[in-house]
Amino acid sequence: MSARVSLPRWVDIVLLPVLNVTLAFIIGGIVVLVVGENPIEAVRIMLYGAFGYGYGFGFTLYYTTNFIFTGLAVAVAFHAGLFNIGGEGQSYVAGLGALLIAFAVGGLHWALALPLIIIAAGLVGGFWAFIPGWLQARRGSHVVITTIMMNFIATSLMSYLISRILKPANVSSDMSAPIDPVTRLPFLAEWFPLLRNTPANISFFVAIASLFFVYWLIWRTKFGYAIRTMGHNPTAARYAGMSNARLIMLTMAISGALAGMMALNETAGAQGRLMLNYVAGAGFVGIAVAFMGKAHPIGVGLSALLFGVLYQGGQELAFSMPAITREMIVTIQALVILFTGAMSEMLRRPVEIAFLLSRLRSADEGGGR
Amino acid sequence: MASPTHQTDQRPSPAAGSPLAIELRKINKRFGPVHANKDIDLAVKRGSVHGIVGENGAGKSTLMSILYGFYHADSGEVLVGGQPVTINNSSDALALGIGMVHQHFMLVDNFTVIENVILGAEDSALLDPSIDKARRELQRLADEYGLAVPADAVIEDLSVGQQQRVEILKALYRGADILILDEPTGVLTPAEADHLFKVLETLRDEGKTIILITHKLREIMAITDTVSVMRQGEMVATLETTQTSPEQLAELMVGRRVLLRVEKGPAKPGEVLLEIENLVVADDLGTERVKGVSLSVRAGEILGIAGVAGNGQSELLEAVAGMRAVRSGAIRLNGEDVTAQDEDSAADLRRKGLAHVPEDRLRMGLVTNFYEWENAILGYHGEARYGKGVMLNVDAARAEARRQIEKFDIRPADTDLKTANFSGGNQQKIVLAREMERDPDVLIVGQPTRGVDIGAIEFIHGQIVKMRDAGKAILLVSVELDEIRALSDRIVVLFDGRIVGEADPETADEGELGLLMAGVNQKEAGR
Repeated sequence: MSARVSLPRWVDIVLLPVLNVTLAFIIGGIVVLVVGENPIEAVRIMLYGAFGYGYGFGFTLYYTTNFIFTGLAVAVAFHAGLFNIGGEGQSYVAGLGALLIAFAVGGLHWALALPLIIIAAGLVGGFWAFIPGWLQARRGSHVVITTIMMNFIATSLMSYLISRILKPANVSSDMSAPIDPVTRLPFLAEWFPLLRNTPANISFFVAIASLFFVYWLIWRTKFGYAIRTMGHNPTAARYAGMSNARLIMLTMAISGALAGMMALNETAGAQGRLMLNYVAGAGFVGIAVAFMGKAHPIGVGLSALLFGVLYQGGQELAFSMPAITREMIVTIQALVILFTGAMSEMLRRPVEIAFLLSRLRSADEGGGR
Repeated sequence: MASPTHQTDQRPSPAAGSPLAIELRKINKRFGPVHANKDIDLAVKRGSVHGIVGENGAGKSTLMSILYGFYHADSGEVLVGGQPVTINNSSDALALGIGMVHQHFMLVDNFTVIENVILGAEDSALLDPSIDKARRELQRLADEYGLAVPADAVIEDLSVGQQQRVEILKALYRGADILILDEPTGVLTPAEADHLFKVLETLRDEGKTIILITHKLREIMAITDTVSVMRQGEMVATLETTQTSPEQLAELMVGRRVLLRVEKGPAKPGEVLLEIENLVVADDLGTERVKGVSLSVRAGEILGIAGVAGNGQSELLEAVAGMRAVRSGAIRLNGEDVTAQDEDSAADLRRKGLAHVPEDRLRMGLVTNFYEWENAILGYHGEARYGKGVMLNVDAARAEARRQIEKFDIRPADTDLKTANFSGGNQQKIVLAREMERDPDVLIVGQPTRGVDIGAIEFIHGQIVKMRDAGKAILLVSVELDEIRALSDRIVVLFDGRIVGEADPETADEGELGLLMAGVNQKEAGR
């Protein structure tokens, strides 16, 4: 039988993810090599594109913001043993909440409007996730199925609303009228001129605050204790007098509200209006972000940054190296998801063996002296 | 694969050579840092019943798994009938005539007896010839060993004792000469256990060799010829059963003197604290499991519910604990009606003074992925002392965990160790400490010592008696009749969801209780 080796925590949290990402990049590098480009140079361009200058860095922050929100949404649900893959739809409908409240208080200074927008986007996104939560708690329909279905409903509903109702008569593309510039969340460029002409906005700080909020919620509140109990052992939760049904509905609502925060970054910030299909897959990327980050806020923050870098640096790469197409960038992103998500346990065994060997060796040396 | 009945020629013939059926020499097995078997020597005489006793984790199962080909020994020799052999999997073991009856049966529930017996040992693609042959063979085995089972009955319609007989028949049908039985009486009524022992004696008298793994010393004394004791991976003694005593075996198992009897004075029952009236409870599938149970427990007494597992104990406990909706009837705690209307009433009942040590600590009483301190407050986390409002005061929880660890001698004394890393006995102590330290009025306890070492059993029984003497009302459910008799001040027997009899533990006759547990004598005893 295989021996279980207990690995130090840092191996689990730091070393394994880093090894997985490295492996993904090595294989991505081979792909780059095959099309006749220099992989080292490709990495350099990517990193430079993501961090090297203000414009690129601004975009990196902007993407990272989205991924923090959608990643946290998946992470919170995951602690309760729920798999919310409806972040896409929840973010999308939350855009409606953000837009309508911004219209309603149009002209109000953004600092005063921000809490209202947070509440409105959270309520709508939360409501969209609450429905699957209710269905699972009361009707036994699994959230994996229902959240996917809610994604489709969200897409159809929002397409209708945006193109038929919210679109002003004089505009040709599918988007709503703009939010009042005073109410619209300001760009970071206002304070950091380095970031001018980038969509990075004040929502980034809301995302950072959300990371702390989720840590506090999961590990420092009784509610967090309850959802972790249910996530590990629903029967023990019932034994402890926690209502699984109530926990499922509440957790899904919180998860959806977090996904809904993406509307801050996009609708109330970067675009300043509601755009058709504005979520553009960020809800699904959130799943990879949460898994790679082991559902821990620090991990989610770091993996959201990694995906931000992949998005921004990847575009830069496609621009600088014509042989590398947009599709290849997506392939490399997919490799990262594959290695950190689906195959994240693949390297555990070799690492365990390496640890065992080094331990035995040091034991031998200790005995020899 | 060769057909099972033709395998006889492949294994050492019983007549040849060694009088030993099995011999193990210097067997070693490590799992990482754990040395599960250290230089184990074992010699099992042909045609004998050989018992192996030891606490959980002593290495009994590892040793038997090596013999049955699940694990491979790191070093050492296995001899069957005097010949050194290599056993890589269970087919090798079967080919050598070694059969195993597992604690949890390996039967297909919706197959008939005969289908289960031939499963994996069919002679050809067509079933009929195999079935005909098996039918003749089963008849022969039944005649020879008194192992009668209805051959065409579906497994799920059989009693547990009959299912076990099917397991034994499966092994014999495959030509087993050496039978390993792993905790065979755990699920049996006393009468069924007696029947099993008769079968085992017949098998031995017919020349079969039997290895019996158990933690019940009474069974060892009753049935075995020789007994080996294991402790912490080592074989500490092999004795003739007639030359030893349960006390000596217990001492060898634990490594120190143990109190096998529970010391307790007479009960001083006070007022009724828990009252159950005509309780009807259904399981998750809607089948009624508790069919009109009435009982009451007074302050300062332990009411024991005896019965074979699966007769409604779990549903009864869950209903009383507020985890299962009651279909009809009433539950009163301190005179207040607390009948659970849904499955989410456990917190409410705890506030009203009821504590619950669940039957299955891993499934219900603990979150094994949690740190010890997180489990030390499970169910009580809502209390103000663990944080005001929504906040969880981690320091207060750790402090409480440390207090419980000290008071209940939980080892290792580490609040920040994952609960999964504690031994079964210490996990049970974590649950007991949590539930008892809250000073409840009523304590309901299910299987308090299941999978717990003898040393810890002594401690746990002592704590339960202490709670009684402190004037608590205790409802105890256990499938271990010895435990019920040792702890209870009154005994009721639960069979098929009904209370079929009441007895005084001082005067109760074991045979009579056994009959009640088996549902016999229901007419006279039922009320």
